[in-house]
Amino acid sequence: MHDKTLTELADGLEAGEFSSRELCQAALERIEHLDGELNSFITVTSEQALANADAADAARKAGDAGPLAGLPLALKDIFCTQGVRTSCGSKMLDDFVSPYDATLVEKLRQAGAVNIGKTNMDEFAMGSSNENSFYGPVKNPWDLSAVPGGSSGGSAAAVAAGLVPAALGTDTGGSIRQPAAFCGITGLKPTYGRVSRYGMVAYASSLDQGGPLARTAADCALLLETIAGHDVRDSTSVARVVPNYTAELDTSLSGLKIGLPKEYFGDGLDPEVETAVREAIKVYESLGAKVCEVSLPHTHLAIPAYYVIAPAEASSNLSRYDGVRFGHRCDDPTDLEDLYKRTRAEGFGEEVKRRILIGTHTLSEGFFDAYYLKAQQVRRLIRQDFLDAFDEVDVLMGPTAPTPAFDLGAQKDPVSMYLQDIYTIAVNLAGIPGISVPAGFAGNRPVGLQVLAPHFAEAQLLGVAHQFQQATDWHLKRPAFGKETA
Amino acid sequence: MAIEHADVLRAAHLARVGLSEDEATGYVDDLSRILEMVDQLQAVDTRGVTPLAHPLDATQRLRPDEVTEHSQRERFQACAPATEDGLYLVPRVVE
Repeated sequence: MHDKTLTELADGLEAGEFSSRELCQAALERIEHLDGELNSFITVTSEQALANADAADAARKAGDAGPLAGLPLALKDIFCTQGVRTSCGSKMLDDFVSPYDATLVEKLRQAGAVNIGKTNMDEFAMGSSNENSFYGPVKNPWDLSAVPGGSSGGSAAAVAAGLVPAALGTDTGGSIRQPAAFCGITGLKPTYGRVSRYGMVAYASSLDQGGPLARTAADCALLLETIAGHDVRDSTSVARVVPNYTAELDTSLSGLKIGLPKEYFGDGLDPEVETAVREAIKVYESLGAKVCEVSLPHTHLAIPAYYVIAPAEASSNLSRYDGVRFGHRCDDPTDLEDLYKRTRAEGFGEEVKRRILIGTHTLSEGFFDAYYLKAQQVRRLIRQDFLDAFDEVDVLMGPTAPTPAFDLGAQKDPVSMYLQDIYTIAVNLAGIPGISVPAGFAGNRPVGLQVLAPHFAEAQLLGVAHQFQQATDWHLKRPAFGKETA
Repeated sequence: MAIEHADVLRAAHLARVGLSEDEATGYVDDLSRILEMVDQLQAVDTRGVTPLAHPLDATQRLRPDEVTEHSQRERFQACAPATEDGLYLVPRVVE
């Protein structure tokens, strides 16, 4: 059962081949057997999951089943879940039980999905390896000495290991796509504003976006049509009709114009990754697509601009953790300032402090124009690069990450870790959607092909990814880890 | 622009993150390298470019000025570290 896609499992439930209780029980048992080693979950909600599975089975019998009825899913521990701890991978929120559900969580529940648990992540979504979690690193199921990527590393590893058929994550600079690439699964970052951010713990509010991680593009389509849409509780969510993504998967690739940004195939790209990505592009050509080179001339400025904008927004967003209203509080504060300072010194990890300090510094008097305004100007130039490219071509393709998954502990310097996001980060600055699709291996570690499309062109993006998965079987490969476990 | 020890302590104070002198020393190198990387922005001519704050250039939506939330104080205070009679407790601020 753990090898099946979400769509196959939905069909199996509909045909009565198994019940949701059996399906969720199997997922919980697999987590129990395998997750000790992987560490992909922070919290497993067994009892609640089984009760919800029973409710889904009853709804199906009554002819009242939602589109995701009875399907087990995992949520990155950044999504607020009423009555269940929402830690965001931080000591600061280690005992925080949310009084409300995120909109995305509510929508999934209304569709009948069963939440199995909350997945591990880099603290406050700051990281590219999942090594910044208060709950310890996650391992990559393809190679236990490698990282799963980050920050949605737990979600990606859990899907890759077959613990759950799909999971939800968030992507601020690559945090869905890069772990999807490292773990050999499919991960979609929707257009900024497509999915409500209400109840999603904020990191950098002008960049954050929630989305699905699954085995196939078809499964991502199924999840996106459930979670997308306008929400009055998130003023940045966009009031725009949500297409039926599943119905639009079978588009022809004949005549599709693919642009290859020359900046995405330059220095620093691992040769094996490049070979796999170029092979994938040949598959598209054989399916009738036309390929040309394009340029995104401001690519080299994306990481510098991001490391001004994201920490600035983070330093503001994370000021809410004050030890007064919720979350960690230090013992025996002598005065209010001591309460704030010790609470935050104890509650935040190294990387989070680093970004709060950078953001506070760049926003402080005398530095604001040179850093923050400048970065926002460059952000417009970066977005314009994409708009210009999409005048010429329908989609852009390249590698998701410059290398396959690296070893645990290998990236010691923060700046070299930041450079991991070179091909993903500009996409968040521009607000366009992107997907990572399995496209082969470098040694024993998966390689991801990234496909990018204009704002709100998720239907096209998913269709383009789906057609590749009809012609190749990279998305069907499973790691040896856990293969013998039922 | 490099960052000095005093800048780190100043930022830490503004952000209300407790940092010892020694800990601040540890951050000087890291933060300087990050800012050095960020300094590539200074080489770009951005005269006349409007800063981009929202990727879709959207502005805040307006809604009628009506009460839409009801009081849920008890529920929201259930996750607070210390409350009494519906108030949050903090160390004495005014002597």
